[in-house]
Amino acid sequence: MKQINRRDFLKISGTAATGSALAGCGVKQESAEKLDPAGQHTTELPKGKMTYRTHPHNGDKVSILGYGWMRLPRKKDPNNPNQDMIDQEEVNRLCNKAFEYGVNYFDTSPAYCQGKSEESLGIALEQSGRSRDSYYIATKLSNFSPTQWSLEAGQQMFENSLKYLKTDYIDYLLLHSIGGGGLDNLRKRYLDNGLLAWLMEQRAAGRIRNLGFSFHGDVKVYDYMLEHHDEYKWDFVQIQLNYIDWHDNDKGRDGEYLYNELVKRNIPAVIMEPLLGGRLSKVPDHVVAHLKSRKPEDSVASWAFRYAGTPENILTVLSGMTYMEHLEDNIRTYSPLVPLTEEEARWLDGETANLIESYPTIPCNDCKYCMPCPYALDIPAILLHYNKCVNQGNVPESQQAENYQKARRAFLVGYDRSVPRLRQANRCISCRECVSHCPQNIDIPRELQRIDRFVEKLKQDKW
Amino acid sequence: MLRKIRISLAAVFWLLITWLLVDFTGTAHVYLGWMARIQLMPALLAMNVGVLIFLLALTLLWGRIYCSVICPLGVMQDIISWFRRKKFKYVYTPARTTLRYAMVLFTGAALVLNLGWLAGLVLPYSTYGRITGAITAPLYKLANNALAQLAEHYDSYAVYEVDVWLKSVSALVIALIVWGIIAVLAWRGGRTWCNTVCPVGTLLGLVSRYAWYRPSIDKSRCNACGLCERSCKAGCINSKEHSIDLSRCVMCGDCMEACRKEALTLSTEKAPFKPVTNRNPENGYKGRNAGKPRPAEEKAAPRNNKPKVAAQPKDNVVAASPKPETAEAPRHNPRRRKPKAATAESSVADPGRRAVLASTAFLAGAAVLRAQHKPKTTDGGYAPIISKKAPQRQHRITPPGSVSLRNLQSHCTACQLCVDACPNDVLRPSSSLSTFMQPEVSFERGYCRPECNRCSEVCPTGAIKPITIEERTATQVGHAVWVKELCIPAKEGKPCGNCSRRCPSGAIQLVPASDKYRKNEHGRWIGPDGKQMDGRLVPMIPVVNVEKCTGCGACENLCPVGPQSAIYVEGHDVHREI
Repeated sequence: MKQINRRDFLKISGTAATGSALAGCGVKQESAEKLDPAGQHTTELPKGKMTYRTHPHNGDKVSILGYGWMRLPRKKDPNNPNQDMIDQEEVNRLCNKAFEYGVNYFDTSPAYCQGKSEESLGIALEQSGRSRDSYYIATKLSNFSPTQWSLEAGQQMFENSLKYLKTDYIDYLLLHSIGGGGLDNLRKRYLDNGLLAWLMEQRAAGRIRNLGFSFHGDVKVYDYMLEHHDEYKWDFVQIQLNYIDWHDNDKGRDGEYLYNELVKRNIPAVIMEPLLGGRLSKVPDHVVAHLKSRKPEDSVASWAFRYAGTPENILTVLSGMTYMEHLEDNIRTYSPLVPLTEEEARWLDGETANLIESYPTIPCNDCKYCMPCPYALDIPAILLHYNKCVNQGNVPESQQAENYQKARRAFLVGYDRSVPRLRQANRCISCRECVSHCPQNIDIPRELQRIDRFVEKLKQDKW
Repeated sequence: MLRKIRISLAAVFWLLITWLLVDFTGTAHVYLGWMARIQLMPALLAMNVGVLIFLLALTLLWGRIYCSVICPLGVMQDIISWFRRKKFKYVYTPARTTLRYAMVLFTGAALVLNLGWLAGLVLPYSTYGRITGAITAPLYKLANNALAQLAEHYDSYAVYEVDVWLKSVSALVIALIVWGIIAVLAWRGGRTWCNTVCPVGTLLGLVSRYAWYRPSIDKSRCNACGLCERSCKAGCINSKEHSIDLSRCVMCGDCMEACRKEALTLSTEKAPFKPVTNRNPENGYKGRNAGKPRPAEEKAAPRNNKPKVAAQPKDNVVAASPKPETAEAPRHNPRRRKPKAATAESSVADPGRRAVLASTAFLAGAAVLRAQHKPKTTDGGYAPIISKKAPQRQHRITPPGSVSLRNLQSHCTACQLCVDACPNDVLRPSSSLSTFMQPEVSFERGYCRPECNRCSEVCPTGAIKPITIEERTATQVGHAVWVKELCIPAKEGKPCGNCSRRCPSGAIQLVPASDKYRKNEHGRWIGPDGKQMDGRLVPMIPVVNVEKCTGCGACENLCPVGPQSAIYVEGHDVHREI
């Protein structure tokens, strides 16, 4: 009888596993060799295999993974124990790692991270020692407050961006989140004050290489901007796309509509919210099982990223990667991108989306655009705590629910842990100042009142 | 053996009652609430007849075993003196009878005058409660919080974090001073405090001298070495005279352990059920001074004279002699006295104060720190939290169940059990002189939640009487008062309505802040500009239906205006049912 040693055995089973994986998806060309010659499980990141997309107009070769500079790692502020600040050291590490594995698109905004994001990106890029033409910087004209609606304020904002980013040109400049507040708001922010005209001049002068906009909200604004494409010559447009929002009754969120409008005009799309701020990775257990049963070795998040990266007209997919694990997981997914089959895509935006949406979570992506709340609430923390409890089955529907006592305790104790008492939902006075800031169009005060009524019900044990 | 049992029992009792006093989860009182209720003074104040009979029987049987096992302050003193690692450190001291009865009179008088807190200053259980509340409880909470962080790390919901805050400076200072005095006394003389100051010790001493079981010196065995005297923390053994002052003996059993001749035993020898006083000289007892040793007789006594001892107790067992007039003291029960004089005290409204209050409120309003008025230009971050300041209430608020301010004043000995049990950080020791250290309600950190009746469940003295949740939500302890000058809709014309939205009794309605806002015939809101407007944005001010308001403080606590809320609660001297 032929003797096989352990190494041979592992090799054979490893090959068999790869073989079946290949048979399973039928597309994956790079065999995922998970065992090294010594038979050890290896999680080495694939280097130099990043997928790039080419800009149809100017030939920019952009990594399919773009780095969103918004959900940055934070640490306690040593000067003020009640506050936290960007953990720049960790940010630099993340930036260097991203560069090492081929990421070359970085997306920031003057509004992100309490206004500290651009500065942080400037520092990270400088310390990386990479040449300016080896990466692309995207930033935005984030003039949300009426106090910033003048031409001068807009110009100043752009100049500040250059200063913080330590550069003399921006590769991709966006009108930030148009759609909120409708056409009226768009006119006030960019059109009537001549700011868009000025930005187009800057593009002509080479200080802006690509001019585009990001969109959330009222689809009339989106349509207006595309109808005037001949005039404005959009170089790119940033839209929200993920398998939950591919079909949506609200046209302003309907990924299929938004994307196809861009394809018609040959405008490359930049994708934001591919993972919905983690909502598509923090899913209930049986959605995890549902996804894992198809590809046990792939992460839950990888499905969302493959979904967002598969359409050809997409230039890059932005991800706000807070932790090294996020970055590594995304590098793995996109080195190279294995596009979804038609069947897989429909499985995601059909069956899987329905499964996730059967849970009554609130579509908060933790972007913090609503913050700071003038009454000191921590809005995203409240909504995320609620979502977490929904997904974990800790939002009992009645006192008769099987795990009622356990769920009640988990909800209430967890609530105090996630949100300081003085920032909880019962402090919301419904001033509605946050409503216009939410890119997901959540009626925040209504949701907060609803959550508070639920909390009261739990606390009083009265149903 | 007896001593070991006593020490084990005492340790268990002391640890459990300490836990009861520091527990904030409400678990301890379910199982251990009785430990506070069997304390003598609380039982007396609550007219808990069962407990009183039990304690009387216990003392008649075992003497002041109460002081050695049940009383946490007594055990605390034993622990302190135990740290002084010196054997035989005590000496006999004559009883300070005058001081002892003076303290009893003082306590009684204080209770009669509705100054429960003043009596509480010398009462052992409440003294221990205050020491624990001010010193141990915060430490316990800090330890809990460390554990809670660990639990959070492991995603467990078993332990949760709580706020640790200084509830009252004066209560802390007093607790520290009293602890210091007791610690010094205990270090130097064992149970000095119990036998000079403590009125409970004195009252029990009146009974314990008739105790069935009592330590007694077998003179035939005694070699007068004096070890028993020097081991007696109560200082009640006069070894020269072979006498034990049973009114001061706390039945610790240390003397029996110390005696090398087995001359000290627990015995039932006495004239049973007969008061041993100077009034019945025929039985041979002549009090402390009578028990002079008679060497001849002692020598003559046979070694094995146990049965003989039973026959002639008078020679071998010498009990202390209580003074006859003091036998009356237990009948002097101050409990239920409610003098009319004290009632009017807080209901006198000073019209000048209201004006002062209004003007200070107005000034505070000018300095309201609410909200960032800077327009929002960037994302993320938090607006600062403005901590609340207690309003100047004309009438203090007392917890539901306390019936009236007067009832609280006369029954509460300020043990702080309710203060530390309050899960909503509503109760804190009062710093006003008439209710000093007794619980006071205020809403800077939380409000009196409708599902909670914890304080009424834990109170051992009947100062806060037990009430059900239903009774609690129907009890009116005060009513809400609106401060127009601070209210956001009135002042800034912006919508708010949080007080109305959060009111658990539905006592607060909203009406438009001015008549410029009105509804048209279609029920749509019309703004001051005559145009239709979003009803959610109409500034509405609260109107309080004081008949429905229970004074729970939800409105005051959740009002977005700070540090002074635009709506606050005034207490009622006598609670009402609604």
